[in-house]
Amino acid sequence: MTAIADLLDQVRNAVAAQRPLCIKGGNSKQYLGREQQGEPVDVSGYSGVVDYQPSELVITVRAGTTLSDMQQVLAQENQVLAGEPPEFDGKATVGGTLACNLSGPSRPWHGSIRDQVLGVRIINGKAEHLRFGGQVMKNVAGYDVSRLQAGAMGTLGILTEVTLKVIPKPESTVSVRRTIGANDSLRVMNEICRRPLPVTGACWYAGDMYIRLSGPVSVIGAAAEQLEGRVLPDDDGFWSRLREMELPFFADAKDLRCISLRSTRDHFSEDADWLIDWRGARRWLAAGGNRDSLDKHVRDAGGELSQVRGAEHGADVFPQRSAVYRQMLLRLKQALDPDGVFNPGRLYSWL
Amino acid sequence: METAVLAAMFREFIDARCVVFADESKRPFECDGLSVYKQLPGLVVMPSTTEQVRKVMRLCCRHKVPVVVRGAGTGLSGGALPHPDGVLLSLARLSKIVEIDPDAGLARVQPGVSNLAISEACAPYGLFYAPDPSSQIACSIGGNVAENAGGVHCLKYGLTVHNVVQLTIVTVEGEIITVGCDGLASAGPDLMALMIGSEGMLGVVTEVTVKLLPQPSHCQVILASFDELESAGDAVSAVIAQGIIPAGFEMMDSYAIRAAEDYVGAGYDTDAAALLLCELDGTEEEVRHCAEQVTAVFQRYCARSIRVSQNEAERLLFWKGRKSAFPAVGRISPDYYCMDGTIPRRMLSRVLSEISRLSGEYGLRVANVFHAGDGNLHPLILFDESQPGELQKAEEFGAEILRICVNAGGCITGEHGVGVEKLAQMLDQFSNEELAQLNAIKDALDPDALLNPGKGVPTLKRCQEYRST
Repeated sequence: MTAIADLLDQVRNAVAAQRPLCIKGGNSKQYLGREQQGEPVDVSGYSGVVDYQPSELVITVRAGTTLSDMQQVLAQENQVLAGEPPEFDGKATVGGTLACNLSGPSRPWHGSIRDQVLGVRIINGKAEHLRFGGQVMKNVAGYDVSRLQAGAMGTLGILTEVTLKVIPKPESTVSVRRTIGANDSLRVMNEICRRPLPVTGACWYAGDMYIRLSGPVSVIGAAAEQLEGRVLPDDDGFWSRLREMELPFFADAKDLRCISLRSTRDHFSEDADWLIDWRGARRWLAAGGNRDSLDKHVRDAGGELSQVRGAEHGADVFPQRSAVYRQMLLRLKQALDPDGVFNPGRLYSWL
Repeated sequence: METAVLAAMFREFIDARCVVFADESKRPFECDGLSVYKQLPGLVVMPSTTEQVRKVMRLCCRHKVPVVVRGAGTGLSGGALPHPDGVLLSLARLSKIVEIDPDAGLARVQPGVSNLAISEACAPYGLFYAPDPSSQIACSIGGNVAENAGGVHCLKYGLTVHNVVQLTIVTVEGEIITVGCDGLASAGPDLMALMIGSEGMLGVVTEVTVKLLPQPSHCQVILASFDELESAGDAVSAVIAQGIIPAGFEMMDSYAIRAAEDYVGAGYDTDAAALLLCELDGTEEEVRHCAEQVTAVFQRYCARSIRVSQNEAERLLFWKGRKSAFPAVGRISPDYYCMDGTIPRRMLSRVLSEISRLSGEYGLRVANVFHAGDGNLHPLILFDESQPGELQKAEEFGAEILRICVNAGGCITGEHGVGVEKLAQMLDQFSNEELAQLNAIKDALDPDALLNPGKGVPTLKRCQEYRST
């Protein structure tokens, strides 16, 4: 197993030589962000459960632990990490998942991994091994450096240990499918989500709307009866294929864009190829026309557009930011990684 | 800079009545909910638009004037304690609910809106805002963001940080930045989370978009009393081990039970050593299903009595005792000091017996009220400020309790924040390197240390002083 001392040494040497480092876990998220550059720091060998207290609903693992391994440990106690982030063939690590702030179809109800994180240990750009947050549900001492790491893609430090809250595994799930147009599905999904039902998924794909309910059998059975559509006791792996981006929609998309938008915003570019998830708050678009005009449309609606696949070489893929935002991020980068050794250019060309 | 000169500058763009300079008019702002700390500010300014906040910040930044932001002033760690030479920036007049989008389950509000007002405004749509600190009638959403406020429903519904999707911030330089996204996912580091709980030290919040949830169709409380704190604590863990996440799960010790019962007559068992309140919500089937399981667990842990609320009036009555616990304790003691440590639940009986031992040592009574579900303790240390030395003794006792919490694997504050109160205890929780990192983040966003200076994170110099004593 990789030792912390080795990781610290590697950072120290990189700083001394002013050489960029490229942080690697399971290597499952190259599709996200910009190209990696620099000498690899392999965190995947720093793995294993540090502490797990099922009665506290808290687990601490080393960052290189794979999500699947962790979920397996949790499953033995009938628990699960909420938010169902993708496991990518068992390669995704906990550290990488937090660094990319990933989640699955249940995000509107359970949040992303950022919502489960209670504390982290990181190596900063001074090669110091630091601990922030804690092992308890509530902790407001000091700035929230743990959640700041969510989405930073390693640009603000190397995650070495992550403490997460977990939830009891739902007893069962049931899905309801209904044939409906994309536009109408947005209205219906939002209407369903206003009702006090145990919804944990709301997606539109290829002419069908899928609603998922989770909980005790008696509860979801009664809830499913309130929804129009065909009840699918066995969802045929639909939700896991959605989570893992294994539906044909993803496989076929050479140009793939992901839009984060208020769920009630109108449907647009109706002729394009869409997959709508998160009850309308996430909209995937395959090969859909001019990026600039789309970007402007999304921005005007208060949303964010990211290019997931098919970006021009070297281009920025995440939403453009205001000068004030860029300055804030650059200053934070300077505070956590003064020599700029961690994942330069991975998130933005200017970071 | 002379505060009179600054006041004149503010009056050029803010109604003169909202720029407060006279001592007697500044008096209401001298402290927040932790009233043992008092300080008159140099100047109080109450803007009513984001644009006015920007101008205030620009002037203060240019003239290097410290700024302390204040919401409703209900904070319990002295986070809104004014600076003697600075501006107290009250956001109370930014009090509009800008937009409610019931279909998306979002509300966009200004920071001065009270926590409860959001849920009240959304109630006609069958929605509510989940975090509910006990001060929710008075406390403002801006203050909730600054402190990452919790409440009794955190275990199931999360803290403020889990229920906010977007913030508009005015930076120390008076620039506007939006962080987060009402589409749930925002690319890049979570700057919004960094702002939440930063105690007004990294920016000024001028707009908040919160998540609204459907009101559960059913809600029931199970009230159980126990002969021993330990069995009550074990019962809490056992319920959770069953796979049930109650909406609220509260514990009170005998002192708190008796004080609350004397005060509001909620029907609590005053001979018990511990009382549990377990709230379940969801669909009718869900609540019935869980209530049966929880009742069985409480029986297994030898509860003295178990009562399940039969109607809404009874549910509210059961809660009334818990919700009045602080004022109830206030009736039996001239003053009390509320602590806010968190611990892993399994450490509960160990920590409580330590607190009880210290209570004897210090000669100060303690009542314990506890968010049992999420491990957040609120020991209330009873004292009399008019007795020389008692306040200091209470503070020392409180510091000792927080040290016990840290040693038990917990932390010094679950929801009240560090403020001025727990600066020294930050050293129990963080190393010098960690504190230096936190200070570097502060320097990055507020290089002249103008925003709420001297709060939240001890400076390196103070660290050395604390560690050497």
